Amino acid sequence: MSADGPPGRLFKNISAKIASIPMILTAVVVFLGGTLWTVIYSFTDSKLLPRLNFVGLAQYERLWSTPRWIVSIENLAIYGILSLIFSFVIGFLLAALLDQQIRFENTFRTIFLYPFALSFIVTGLVWQWILNPDFGLQHIIRGLGWENFTFNPLYDARLVMFGIVLAGLWQGTGLIMCLMLAGLRGIDEDIWKAARVEGIPTWKTYLFIVIPMMRPVFVTTLVIVMAGIVKLYDLVVAMTAGGPGTASEVPAKYVYEFMFRAQNLGQGFAASTMMLLSVAVVVIPWAYLEFGGKRRG
Amino acid sequence: MKRRALAAMLTGSVALPWAASAADLEVTHWWTSGGEAAAVAEFAKAFDATGNHWVDGAIAGSGETARSIMVSRITGGDPMGATQFNHGRQAEELVAAGLMRDLDAVAEAQDWKSVINPPSLLESCMLDGHLYCIPVNIHSWQWLWLSNQAFADAGVPVPANWEEFVAAAPALQKAGKIPLAVGQQGWQMTGIFNDLLLGLGGKDLYLKVYDEKDAEVAGGADVAKVFKALDDARTLSKGSNVQSWNEATAMVISGKAGGQVMGDWAQGEFQVAGKVAGTDYTCLPGLGEARYITTGGDSFYFPALDDPEKSKAQEVLAEVILSPETQVAFNLKKGSLPVRGDVDLAAANDCMKKGLAILKEGNVLKSTDELISPDTTTQLNDLMSEFFAESMTAEDAQKRFAGLIESAD
Repeated sequence: MSADGPPGRLFKNISAKIASIPMILTAVVVFLGGTLWTVIYSFTDSKLLPRLNFVGLAQYERLWSTPRWIVSIENLAIYGILSLIFSFVIGFLLAALLDQQIRFENTFRTIFLYPFALSFIVTGLVWQWILNPDFGLQHIIRGLGWENFTFNPLYDARLVMFGIVLAGLWQGTGLIMCLMLAGLRGIDEDIWKAARVEGIPTWKTYLFIVIPMMRPVFVTTLVIVMAGIVKLYDLVVAMTAGGPGTASEVPAKYVYEFMFRAQNLGQGFAASTMMLLSVAVVVIPWAYLEFGGKRRG
Repeated sequence: MKRRALAAMLTGSVALPWAASAADLEVTHWWTSGGEAAAVAEFAKAFDATGNHWVDGAIAGSGETARSIMVSRITGGDPMGATQFNHGRQAEELVAAGLMRDLDAVAEAQDWKSVINPPSLLESCMLDGHLYCIPVNIHSWQWLWLSNQAFADAGVPVPANWEEFVAAAPALQKAGKIPLAVGQQGWQMTGIFNDLLLGLGGKDLYLKVYDEKDAEVAGGADVAKVFKALDDARTLSKGSNVQSWNEATAMVISGKAGGQVMGDWAQGEFQVAGKVAGTDYTCLPGLGEARYITTGGDSFYFPALDDPEKSKAQEVLAEVILSPETQVAFNLKKGSLPVRGDVDLAAANDCMKKGLAILKEGNVLKSTDELISPDTTTQLNDLMSEFFAESMTAEDAQKRFAGLIESAD
């Protein structure tokens, strides 16, 4: 920083500052303002149109006594934990395998990444057909002679979330793999050589040397995956529409339906505020660790 | 279905620019099944004949999907020329907020007060003495549609009421049929429940629960019987994996399923398939029990617009829709009853005649759309779809139903 005094500070990089004004305004007015507005109106009894008639915590009390909301939260937890674990494990394994200097690496990478180019709606419809008992996987395998084969997750309330996780993993793992592969390629060859000289087995090298070195990649991937989990909506809508019954409902769907179908904005705002809270619980400690830590170090 | 909804949303957004020229009126509705599309084409034809142009804004999926799109467009400052809603409280707040125009002048000129029958239809369109919507048809929910062929295949006579239907179910199952076709959407299951409530419980019970919102009655012994019957319906519907109502109706038409509890709009599907009432299929109003029908149905609302030419066209559209000729043409295709008491439905088939007779007897009640808010309806739909998908006991379901009625508005 040059020591030119006051004018330099404000007018330094002036064009860059002017260029970022629209984005700053968007962030403050749309994101922050919209968030505040939503939180405030979640304490009102707004129906189809917003109105400032405060009812205290009534919307939240109703929210937490609604079975559908509880189911939604549980489902999000199931989906979140499973897809977090499996997309990391599978993504890393695929990346590690691709990293063995195999032939046709580009082809494999393209194949694995292809599903990510599809939207959740398309993914959901494709998997809805694959898992449909009347003409999907179950039908084909029964046709091959296994008459009693049953694989029907989307019509079974206990299994439906696993069907959705399956489709989600199919769509998203390719991206995780690519991120991991980039991370692996960033590891210096010399480290591998050193490990080999020391006689450390490959799996140990991965587990105790390479993975800790890939921390930044893991953190970035974690944020991307988590954001995808919290906003889970279209996949469910395309695959099951929340069914059977309410067995595959998710919070984002609850928000949408109470705001627009049930014409009860207050209830929808309360639910979305709870979603915001859950994101904040995850993001704030992380941001503190990431950015707060750097300043100290 | 969902893909079509998306497509409709996309085309809807593209269609906006050309709604701009004068006297082109975009009309949004959710009439997309075969019979419905044929019926709405009658409106378009009659409106185009006046020199104006009907821009069709069909939104596929279901009424639930369509209504949220319509409401966001109106509240978002992008109103269409006219839009469908169900009779009742769905557009209540839009009217109160001044987003809809009144139709007092046309109503006066056309003397709708004396021709609309039953008069309660017009009342539910009124707010503070002004008329904000026009009813276009009367739809009743209380019908049991039976496939004569399915019962012939099973070797049992076609039942005449709900009890006989339940008794005939084992024979149907033995013949490899699903006794009751049900689409896996909450509103369809709520419909079955409401029909059983009115059919088995009678008029007083129905009104105690939905009009007076008496939670004690809702948790009482009479309603318990209804939940027992609903439990039967759940057992009989096992194996019907379809989503939308017309897919379920198709199962009845093809004889794969014994019957379906659905509103009289199902009739349009039978007609499109070329089936004849009485010989191919049988309809039982009030499920063959109490002969009451609820006067639900569709209304058209007209958002307030700045363009005077379009406002003029709105009045023309309202007039055309309620004219006797259009009423007959539309309702014959739709399978619903006309809202005018002075039109002749000589071409009506067996089932519509049964409905007309009940209408004439005055055995009509307000539909749940008119009695409870969309908020309560959504909660009810959630409860019913949960009940049908899971092993919830009838007692637990009733307990939650009573709680729901207690907090209903």
